[in-house]
Amino acid sequence: MRAAHTPVQRPRGARLLVIEANGTLQHAPRQRLADFLHAGDVLVANDAATVPASLSGLHLRSALPIEVRLAGRRSLDADDVHEFIAIVFGAGDHRTPTEHRKPPPALRDGDALALGPLRAQVRHTLAHPRLIALHLDGTPDAIWAGIARHGKPVQYAHLPTPLALWDVWTSVAARPVAFEPPSAGFVLDWALLHTLRERGIDFATLTHAAGLSSTGDAALDARLPFDEPYHLPAATLDAIHAAHARGGRVVALGTTVTRALEHAASSGLKPGDGVADQRIGAHTRLRVVDAIISGTHEPGTSHRELLRAFASDALLSRADAELAERGYLTHEFGDSVLIAA
Amino acid sequence: MNTDTSALRVAVTGGTSGLGLALVRALHARGARVAFVARDAARVRRVATELSGTHGIAGDIANKDDTHRIAMQISAALGGLDVLVNNASSLGPVPLALLADTDCEDLEAALATNLVGPFRLTKALLGALGAAAREGRDARIVNITSDAAVSAYPQWGAYGASKAALAQLSHVWDEELREHGVRVMNFDPGDMDTPLHALALPDADPATLKRPADSARELLTLLELA
Repeated sequence: MRAAHTPVQRPRGARLLVIEANGTLQHAPRQRLADFLHAGDVLVANDAATVPASLSGLHLRSALPIEVRLAGRRSLDADDVHEFIAIVFGAGDHRTPTEHRKPPPALRDGDALALGPLRAQVRHTLAHPRLIALHLDGTPDAIWAGIARHGKPVQYAHLPTPLALWDVWTSVAARPVAFEPPSAGFVLDWALLHTLRERGIDFATLTHAAGLSSTGDAALDARLPFDEPYHLPAATLDAIHAAHARGGRVVALGTTVTRALEHAASSGLKPGDGVADQRIGAHTRLRVVDAIISGTHEPGTSHRELLRAFASDALLSRADAELAERGYLTHEFGDSVLIAA
Repeated sequence: MNTDTSALRVAVTGGTSGLGLALVRALHARGARVAFVARDAARVRRVATELSGTHGIAGDIANKDDTHRIAMQISAALGGLDVLVNNASSLGPVPLALLADTDCEDLEAALATNLVGPFRLTKALLGALGAAAREGRDARIVNITSDAAVSAYPQWGAYGASKAALAQLSHVWDEELREHGVRVMNFDPGDMDTPLHALALPDADPATLKRPADSARELLTLLELA
């Protein structure tokens, strides 16, 4: 598949491949998404806003440039913003594909970093020279202000122009807890929310700290996704139970929603905060999600692995062939698939 | 710090002077969780220090590049949002001028602060407000308007036109967002003794003007918070 290289969340020509449980494949304009949902279904989206997680600055001991990409946090608590997992790069910027980026300066425990207005320390590396535990100094408000002023959204080498924050916030973006956009949600606009309401399709949200989708390093990518905290509102749980009670489906908008809901389901499906630490793949028995709307993902990625919980490898292979043959676009601003389990 | 999750989460723009500051004080006194925005970082720090537990955010709502930075800090600090008060306002030309003597740039500045800025910030925070509504909370947007938006006062053209447009934005937005549980209302605080009023009419007798604290209390009554 080709990468979508225009940062438009809802391009007019966006396409949708609908993959039915009986093996039927149907191509449609993505604008018709609501036609493939049924009255009684509930569509669940991730309302995480995206943090400008890329912070460039200096490694003070060596005076060499460093780029820090915030990649993980223990909780969604607004005050819990001192400790992060981060991926680090050396000189250069996003115009170089991540797999060709220079390594960071040699890091020792306790090394200080100056990231624009922010001051940080390398607590320690996490069994990989590019992966660190990072401490940010300051009050929570000062840290948020520093990230807001100095941070840039994680950029992609396949896009010709740098992404602004508004390019990566979905229409329902709320608390800033995602490190890369929950991009399946780019399909949403308020006209679609109106249509869903008119047609008796419920809409609900959870908040899940979507992490980085790839790092450009095979050893690190094999560790993705990292643990991701999430918040499941009681109202969303009510909407899910109501949908199932009336014979409707729970349709997850994206892999992050699936991961959060299935994690919650594995511990009794209670509202509140959790940390999704499981991997979803071919052997996962889905407990709560009945269908997924997702971007198109290339085989081998963790997102593509997750889709194996929804359809057989044979069916996904047929779908992959169709996507390739019809020239579907992939990556954050690409086309979509809907898979009914 | 007030971390009561049932406490109302409110953001106020133009929160370091006039009505905005009075609102921040009144909301803080009533136990709401408050974030406020203003351009002058030193003044923001001063108010945030004085009113412990409030979250001061330095930024200019008229600047497109600041919009999402501000929205992000509001949602982060409050863990979401129930009420957005678009209060920050610009007079346009200072001293006030007849429309025929108003520079285009001054009209554009009034529109940027009074119309486009609130539009952008509201859009950037609609996700948070919609989430609050889905959780059964009252999600509201209050746009501060003026009788200059309704009556034709000579020399108040730039300000009045921008506020009239803001008021109409509120009406349409309220129609569109009602089904999602988000309400949008206008609030005209009246002629108050504020820095903005002093800029417009330096010779006015402050004793004839409303105290911002009284207008703030009226708004809290409207929001059923008094």
